Amino acid sequence: MNFFINVTLNGISSGMIFAAMALALVLIYRATRIVNFAQGAMGMFTSFVAYSLLQQKVGYWEAFAAALAIGMVLGVVVERIFIRPLHGKAELNPVIVTIGLLIVFEGIAGTIWGSTNRGFSPPFSQTGLRVGRTSIAFSHFDLFIVASVIILMAVMLVLFRFTRAGLRMRAAAFAPETARLLGVRVGRVLTLGWALAAVAGSLAGLLVAPTTAFGPLYMDFYLVYGFTAAVVGGLDSPVGALVGGLITGLGVSYVGGYLGSSLEPLGALALLMVVLMARPEGIFARTAARRV
Amino acid sequence: MLEVEGVSVQYGAVRALEDVSLTAEVGAITTILGANGAGKTTLLRAMSGLVHPRRGTIRFDGRVLTGRSVEQVVRAGIAHVPEGRGVIEELTVEENLRLGSLILGSRSAQKAVIAEVLELFPPLRDARNRYASSLSGGERQMLAIARALASRPKALLLDEPSLGLAPIVTARLMAVLRELSRSASLTIILVEQNARSALSIAQSAVVLNLGRVVAADTASSLAADTNLRHHYLGF
Repeated sequence: MNFFINVTLNGISSGMIFAAMALALVLIYRATRIVNFAQGAMGMFTSFVAYSLLQQKVGYWEAFAAALAIGMVLGVVVERIFIRPLHGKAELNPVIVTIGLLIVFEGIAGTIWGSTNRGFSPPFSQTGLRVGRTSIAFSHFDLFIVASVIILMAVMLVLFRFTRAGLRMRAAAFAPETARLLGVRVGRVLTLGWALAAVAGSLAGLLVAPTTAFGPLYMDFYLVYGFTAAVVGGLDSPVGALVGGLITGLGVSYVGGYLGSSLEPLGALALLMVVLMARPEGIFARTAARRV
Repeated sequence: MLEVEGVSVQYGAVRALEDVSLTAEVGAITTILGANGAGKTTLLRAMSGLVHPRRGTIRFDGRVLTGRSVEQVVRAGIAHVPEGRGVIEELTVEENLRLGSLILGSRSAQKAVIAEVLELFPPLRDARNRYASSLSGGERQMLAIARALASRPKALLLDEPSLGLAPIVTARLMAVLRELSRSASLTIILVEQNARSALSIAQSAVVLNLGRVVAADTASSLAADTNLRHHYLGF
């Protein structure tokens, strides 16, 4: 029973990270119908910037804020320079470009910081909290993960529901031509979407960094998990991203806990296949058809 | 005043419009008639900047619109209600209206204009918090027009507003449009398949056939021309 609880807690904490990653993918997918394969690598890159700042004795929170801000700028730059010119071209082109960017970012990070794995020091203790006399598999850092992703989701929700920028973003995502006819500058709105997605991706990167061998490739599996979560949730629903993240996190954690941790990626792929076969539009999807 | 002068539009090898000219007066309804594929929708799309003509100019109140982006044309005061209603189903009625009013800038101006257009279409007032996907065809058309009016346009371009509506709903809609063109001194351009009802409310009319203007006159004299009606308008 104890083991089950611990595996569940572990699943919730990693599920929240998957949710952040999935949210990043969803924000871009629903506005542009592009799956950004470079999302994980972008988060990796900004986390390395945070790592460098931490090495320079900059405080964690300053480095944290800087990574999110740089992530935002990176999202804008990627959209403007690499994605925008492909608008109206074959659908596959931007997808190939994001795969190219994945390789480029990992290559640049390897060149700057080397490809050996390092340790990224966490802002909070990673030893399990104590409940009574037993220690559970949930630390202050896990608490930080859950809280920061909830805050991220809440901020996005408020932004989308209650601000003019959010209304413009929703309109542009659902009906780009109608939005333009109403004066929405869809190009700007798409850029904003990439910026917000990059913030979510950077947050995921920062949250994963202390829990893993920190090197240029550390986000690769998280891209797969985040993608699984996004598909489970329907690829175009932020709420779906959260639920999909939790389902994927729990699924992967149970597979790892009961069948062995080397099977975790396979567990995610199995989940992906089951969802695609049983309910290809995902749990929260609005549209029935999907091209990726 | 909206002036179209010698406009030609080409889609690849297909000529959609050839040397089309027309003038739409302020405070009047100008209707564009013709069969399917005559180029009516293309003409509206050229006016709102969705397609760019190969030749010719479009002027609004003396300012040249050709070459401008859709977003700039809206800000010049031209609201385009596309065919098929174009309400955003995933947004509520009020959100659709707010979206239309965003270019006004100030929040108080937006509130005021939304209250105004809801006054104009009472069924929408009761449905303001419902998703647009739950609206009937007639309500959707009202919402699409109300949303266009929420940008306080000087000209309103309507693409087949009566499509798929019951005759009684169409009649009510036409009455609202006539009222709007009079009271709000709005320039209305009405593209219609339903030539009979369009001619009944319009002051002037242009008939397109295969991308060319075949007749342009006052609505009443076009309606009286039996030959033309038989040939191009089907009634």
